[in-house]
Amino acid sequence: MRDLGLRFVRHNLFWPTLALVLLLLLNLTKTPDFFSLRLQDGHLYGSLIDILRNSAPTLLIALGMTLVIATRGIDLSVGAVAAISGAVACTYMAGSPDESTAGRAVIGMTMAVAVAVLLGVWNGFLVSVLGIQPIIATLVLMTAGRGLAMLITDGQITTVNNSLFAKVSTGFVLGLPIAILIALAVFAITAVLTRRTALGMLIEAVGINPEASRLAGVRARTITWTVYVFVAFCAGIAGLMIASNTSAADANAAGLFIELDAILAVVIGGTSLAGGRFSLTGTLIGAMFIQTLATTIPTMGIPAETNYLFKAVVVIVVCLLQSPKARAVLSVRRSSPLLTKGSAA
Amino acid sequence: MIQMTAEAAEATRTEPVVQMSGVSVSFPGVKALQSVGLTLRPGEVHALMGENGAGKSTLIKALTGVYSIDEGTIIVGGEPRTFHSPAESQAAGISTVYQEVNLCTNLTVAENMLLGREPRSFGRIDTRAMNRRAGETLTRLGLDIDPKSQLGTHPIAIQQLVAIARAVDIDAELLILDEPTSSLDADEVAKLFEVMRTLRAEGVAIVFVSHFLEQVFAISDRMTVLRNGQFVGEYLTAETTQLQLVQAMIGRELETLEKIEQAAEEHTVKTQGAPLMEVIDLGRKGSVESVDLQLFEGEVIGIAGLLGSGRTELARLLFGADTPDHGDMRMRSKGTKLRTPRQAIDHKIAFSSENRRSEGVIADLSIADNMVLAMQASRGWLRPIPARTKDRLVRKYIEALDIRPADPNALMRNLSGGNQQKVLLARWLITEPELLILDEPTRGIDIGAKAQIQQLVADLSKDGMSVVFISAELEEVLRLSDRLVVMRDRRKIDERANEDVTVSDVLEIIAGEVRNDA
Repeated sequence: MRDLGLRFVRHNLFWPTLALVLLLLLNLTKTPDFFSLRLQDGHLYGSLIDILRNSAPTLLIALGMTLVIATRGIDLSVGAVAAISGAVACTYMAGSPDESTAGRAVIGMTMAVAVAVLLGVWNGFLVSVLGIQPIIATLVLMTAGRGLAMLITDGQITTVNNSLFAKVSTGFVLGLPIAILIALAVFAITAVLTRRTALGMLIEAVGINPEASRLAGVRARTITWTVYVFVAFCAGIAGLMIASNTSAADANAAGLFIELDAILAVVIGGTSLAGGRFSLTGTLIGAMFIQTLATTIPTMGIPAETNYLFKAVVVIVVCLLQSPKARAVLSVRRSSPLLTKGSAA
Repeated sequence: MIQMTAEAAEATRTEPVVQMSGVSVSFPGVKALQSVGLTLRPGEVHALMGENGAGKSTLIKALTGVYSIDEGTIIVGGEPRTFHSPAESQAAGISTVYQEVNLCTNLTVAENMLLGREPRSFGRIDTRAMNRRAGETLTRLGLDIDPKSQLGTHPIAIQQLVAIARAVDIDAELLILDEPTSSLDADEVAKLFEVMRTLRAEGVAIVFVSHFLEQVFAISDRMTVLRNGQFVGEYLTAETTQLQLVQAMIGRELETLEKIEQAAEEHTVKTQGAPLMEVIDLGRKGSVESVDLQLFEGEVIGIAGLLGSGRTELARLLFGADTPDHGDMRMRSKGTKLRTPRQAIDHKIAFSSENRRSEGVIADLSIADNMVLAMQASRGWLRPIPARTKDRLVRKYIEALDIRPADPNALMRNLSGGNQQKVLLARWLITEPELLILDEPTRGIDIGAKAQIQQLVADLSKDGMSVVFISAELEEVLRLSDRLVVMRDRRKIDERANEDVTVSDVLEIIAGEVRNDA
């Protein structure tokens, strides 16, 4: 029985899950009906649904980011890509004579995602072919991207009046918000693509040792390139969600700092920034955690603007939990006979 | 258990620098050391011998404070001591150079040598003084290395010597060299030995760990042998024969090696008809100059040559790891261009690199994933190997190659060098290659695993696989190969059937032209 408990505690996702559960329970003390869901006009409502819905853009990007980080990379440009995606869709729709038709929304959104994918191809090219360090390579688009979005929207906040487009963020299907369904669908597809095929293992191999993987015949360059395209694709969809939420493209504010939230979600989920082993479920929990935190702070009567401060505390705790020294100290406290050796060394 | 001759006892007059006795160390589930003793005297080179997993590294780490000991005493300079970190043992005059070079390749030679104890003036690092001091140490050791040059620009062998120079610079009373020669060629080994003799004359105690028996006999004064974490004995080198030493270390594998040699001699290859692979005028600027080579089915070609002779570079060209500038390649008489390893694998070629850690091992993946990596890569990510097939293959090779631990889910990083090498061999054997290129497959692994790998090569060639076998150990090359290719200065200088060729013949071929050139 103790063994089972120990295995539970040692599981990679134990700490992130525990943190999420505690945070949710904390809300219960202030909002007794925090966990309650109510059905209204066939739509589910409740705090949990709100959290899920609001976390969708971050989750989407974090999924792509998980794979990028697994290859030892990072993508700082996702926020800018999301802004460009929203700008393309909105500018196209606003500029056409029949702006509110479903056809325009479909074409606009397809164009937006296509542009995002193209930007991903650019990032992937810089990293995998030219061998530029990912943080620098994607920094280019992170800064230039917002300018590009401004160019597209002509510096204005472009509003659109299109009911189909608005539904991406606010609509419901089968009682659930569409945004949640999209994010979960991408999660499921990513999980199947990486874990039911050999892609996940090959990504991990490339992240752990790129040269050894190349010599073993792994197309390391193609894999690296692909994950940058994938994260840009995710950012493109996230950008549509963000723009859809207000039916407007704001080149300056859309997806601002979302890259940091995405990276944080990945790291909370237990995927190391050093590359290698990754956990999509961990990222899911991480994204939930960040959104729950953002929801909890105003609930507790703390000004919402201090959100960043609490995120910083989370970052410090996560870093501590991942540092070998802190782990050694913790394991002594738990006085597990197996671990004292490592900590004494 | 302690066997000590009268002479050995007599030589104990000088007080030992370090005396370890009854030292035990255990890890979860394993007793790594059981009541082991080690006595190190000033002005002596002491060889620490044993197979991989015998406990040599553990003993060293117990001494230097990397591991804490469960039982026993460690007396340093006459006082019982317990070190809690390598820094503490270093402060007590114990300096260690580990098997793999652990330096910063992006810093200069001088910065590496004085890392952590840089000369300072007004709180700032005095670069000039640092370069001067590093230069002095290098000169004292007879090494012609520019202290201002970046470490990464030097070959591994030089980096290793810098690591030793760094250790020497600390003014150690005890210098521990853990497999320092595994990446050095004969010249460099001679240079290292000079350095060791200088230090010995200065009264430094030296611990020397090596798998090269000749080297141990050439340099050491005394030997301690470990087996399975237990103390076997302490011997005076002058009174011990190689055979006695090997028997103390292992006993049984000796016969295997003799059998392999016999089998290899009986092994015949049909060198008529079209060769499996033929290269003409193959070369790449700065790595290999135009090599012609024919390789037949079931043939083992041994490539001999010093480090930097182009032997590794040739292997990389044959595998497409580097792309040639000029020359032609034919596989089964068909013109072929290899631009990536992937293409080579598609042509049923396999290549096990000499740099196991940086070019082979995927440390954080399991044994199973490491084994199937090449096969999976060539199937493409959309066609994962079915779990049952994977399981069967992995278990088969774990058993066939005697890999330990025999747990497919064990992480590669936790395996010993010999077992990692076997997993990498399995990775390639699973792809069922027709040509297997092995670059230093036995470097830094114990005699037991060495014998197993050599046996494997002999068996594979008997079954029709062609093998290119590269090793710094000429005995090994001669034992296994049907034909011998000698390389020097990036060129093939000799090729002959391996009939009655001796090690000294090969050395003469390698050295002979040096004299002619001079």
